[in-house]
Amino acid sequence: MAELITIKVNGKVHKIEADPEMPLLYLLRNDLQLNGPKYGCGIERCGSCMVLLNGKSQPSCVIPAASAAVYEVTTLDGLAKNGRLDPVQEAFIEEQAAQCGYCMNGMIMSAKSLLAENKNPSDEQIRQALNRVLCRCGTHTRIISAVKKAAAKMKNS
Amino acid sequence: MKDQSHFSSDRRSFLKSSGHLVIGFQLFPALAAITGFEDKSACETQPVADGQTIDAWIRFDADGKLSVITGKMELGQGIRTALMQMAAEELDVPMNRVKIIIADTGQTQDERYTAGSGSIEGSGRAIRNAAAEARQYLLNLAAEKLQTDVANLSVKEGVVMSSKSKNTVTYQELVAGKRLEVEVTGKAPLKEPASYRLVGKAIPRDDIAQMAAAEAYYIQDMRLPGMVHARILRPPVYDSKLVSIQKEQIAKVPGVLKLVVNGNFVAVIADKEYAAVKALEILKTNAKWDSKPLAVLPQNLYNNMLETASAPKVVEESGGSVPAKDFTHEAVYKKPYQMHGSIGPSCAIGLWKNDLLTVWSHSQGVYPLRKTISDLLQMPENKIRVIGVPGAGCYGHNGADDAGGDAALLAMGMPGKPVRVQWMREDEHKWEPYGSAMVLSVKGRIGAAAKIDAWNTEICSDTHSSRPGGNAGHLLAGRHIAKPFTFKSGGFSGGSHRNSVPLYDFSAKKISLRDFYGPLRSSALRSLGAYGNIFALESFMDELAWKAGEDPVAFRLTHLKDERARQVITTMVEKAGWGQGRGEGFAFAQYKNSAAYLAVKAEVSIDKAAKTYQLTKLTAVIDAGQVINSDGIINQTSGGMIQAASWTMLEEVKFDKTGVTSTTWETYPILRFDQVPHTEVHIIDRPGEEPLGAGEAAQGPTAAAIANAIFHATGSRLRELPLTPDKIDWEKIS
Ligand code: FES
Ligand code: FES
Repeated sequence: MAELITIKVNGKVHKIEADPEMPLLYLLRNDLQLNGPKYGCGIERCGSCMVLLNGKSQPSCVIPAASAAVYEVTTLDGLAKNGRLDPVQEAFIEEQAAQCGYCMNGMIMSAKSLLAENKNPSDEQIRQALNRVLCRCGTHTRIISAVKKAAAKMKNS
Repeated sequence: MKDQSHFSSDRRSFLKSSGHLVIGFQLFPALAAITGFEDKSACETQPVADGQTIDAWIRFDADGKLSVITGKMELGQGIRTALMQMAAEELDVPMNRVKIIIADTGQTQDERYTAGSGSIEGSGRAIRNAAAEARQYLLNLAAEKLQTDVANLSVKEGVVMSSKSKNTVTYQELVAGKRLEVEVTGKAPLKEPASYRLVGKAIPRDDIAQMAAAEAYYIQDMRLPGMVHARILRPPVYDSKLVSIQKEQIAKVPGVLKLVVNGNFVAVIADKEYAAVKALEILKTNAKWDSKPLAVLPQNLYNNMLETASAPKVVEESGGSVPAKDFTHEAVYKKPYQMHGSIGPSCAIGLWKNDLLTVWSHSQGVYPLRKTISDLLQMPENKIRVIGVPGAGCYGHNGADDAGGDAALLAMGMPGKPVRVQWMREDEHKWEPYGSAMVLSVKGRIGAAAKIDAWNTEICSDTHSSRPGGNAGHLLAGRHIAKPFTFKSGGFSGGSHRNSVPLYDFSAKKISLRDFYGPLRSSALRSLGAYGNIFALESFMDELAWKAGEDPVAFRLTHLKDERARQVITTMVEKAGWGQGRGEGFAFAQYKNSAAYLAVKAEVSIDKAAKTYQLTKLTAVIDAGQVINSDGIINQTSGGMIQAASWTMLEEVKFDKTGVTSTTWETYPILRFDQVPHTEVHIIDRPGEEPLGAGEAAQGPTAAAIANAIFHATGSRLRELPLTPDKIDWEKIS
């Protein structure tokens, strides 16, 4: 049943013995012990488990680990470069854009994907890009400010 | 797992320290408890402490670090930071030398539940007093050392200086090498608010940085060596009975270690998480249940409530008798069952090892959970330790305690193995105890000078508190096992009629309550009955204002003497404007009639062609007394408004005779970015007053403000939540 899956996550190639049907989320959280992607619904309806597949934000809770192996996977855990947090992470901290913070992974990863394509998104575009990700604490307005701040930071760096 | 100060072992540093100052602490001999899940030996060496022996609020270690110790839980409300700020302020130490230990029956006091916006008023006050006590004690030591009077001493960043000699001594030097235990006398002077440097400021929360950096922060991130994974198979309906299950099929799933069938409690344990998930899927199809259909259905719920609820009990009667008839107006408001809807389904880990049970849980009350687990397992409390670890926001009593009970039960059958229970999304949606449905019947009379002189409210509601306070019948596991515990209802007091008594000056008020035993499980959801009660009260005030031909804001002011209440309202008008266009709604309440004051303005715009409305903006003004952390109050208030807007506009638990059918985010939609309004929060800071609980103040007023705005925009008075556009009479609009 188990197969050897070769998968590149956060720039590193891993060989993992696993059930090929197992959703990517379980491989990331359990086999690779990453904390970024979170379990929220398991059926692509909440965005808690968001990762980047070749730079695009996608839920990781349904896609089988074996099929995800064709992509380069990036998680929140892998955004920091040379010991420095990504500007999006910095912006979320500076704006204190969390209450419980459980949604933050999905928000940051979706923002990352948006800002890679659109350096200067409008409020409307931010809302659209983040619409997939649920926040129950009602932190939305701060999250929008954080994404705008991240855009400004990226422009200046 | 490196650098996890959040989980770090505070007891260890306590033991290593050559000296320390503990305030309000009766020392426990050979205290060797260790917390932090990176420490595998935790449960072997811990002495299980109880409330009597753990009585510390703050501790100063020889390394100069100040530890704040609270029985309250971090729920995303930012309580860690606010409590650290209060202690650091009183002692004049910098924030970076303060840490905090939260809810853990092995280390902190029994502070019951983290609920009712009571942590700042309760724990905060105790910690502030303890810190003042510590300061006084340390200053006395310093006076001796520097050979001067306490009056000549000042403190900056933990350094005490004599104004006479300019000599200094640090707190650290004063503590070092000694073991100091000081009882709280309650007599130490508190700092003057005018001299505050930290309290009132927007000090950033350090835990947000941990979350953003993907550090292990949540209970879901705990990974203990040898940990096994469990999934629970819940029955289809509340009282279903298990008929049969095909055990052999489950045994064949690779990785499955054990199938537990205990009455109607069914669980599967596997070495890998996904194996447990797969086995659960198979179990779902092969288990046969005998289920009684639910008798009360949504279409007859409200009628059933009014028909079957108990006779009314008067909860408040004041200012003379309320007439039986001759009311100017009467109206009935309805609220359905609503969910907590935590984004992260409940999770817990249990470990039974060396005759001790440790349960890691995101419960709001570690001590009450311990007591309940003790009842469930018929095991003494001193063999159980419950350690609080944050989960996703819970907003009240959700599945956290139940998951704790599941983990405890399963851990007892897997000695030496940490058993991780993770609820699936569907489990949380179907099994969490909802905020109860309510029917609110309100009558009022407008007397002389267009003033209300009589008010009558009759509340009909199921309980708003069925927390497990020691009774295993309040845990799902306790109700489902072969020898079940019984659920003892009766928690109607308080929660159901919270905020039902108008703060306004009416000559006669009468409030009565009818208890209803509903078809769905219910318990505490953020603000309890206050949400429904304020929705009714403040909608009705609006209705009466229109009846009297008065402006709704002015109408309220003519009925309010309370200066602070008036000021949040007038400030709201100043900041957000009033009377400027179509679609403005207003509401006000003082949470619990004793906590924070909050006024809110809602603005809606309508699209007549599409028959929809959009909530465009919510503006709040809040007076929570002395502000501890201004950013925390803004964050909680803005979030509270958005969450309440979601409840108000969209939410209703759906069910039919086969049970709850709101099992996903599609069948229970909540507000997403495309519908979220702009929010604005203004704070009235009162440094000289007591700090007041703020985290739930927005829930009720937001609901009524939206209803009032919809009326203003469309002429339709919506009295049944959720306020969906199909309830608006679009023909009426000119
Ligand atoms: S957990 Fe993947 S979208 Fe919800
Ligand atoms: S901050 Fe709690 S879910 Fe978004």
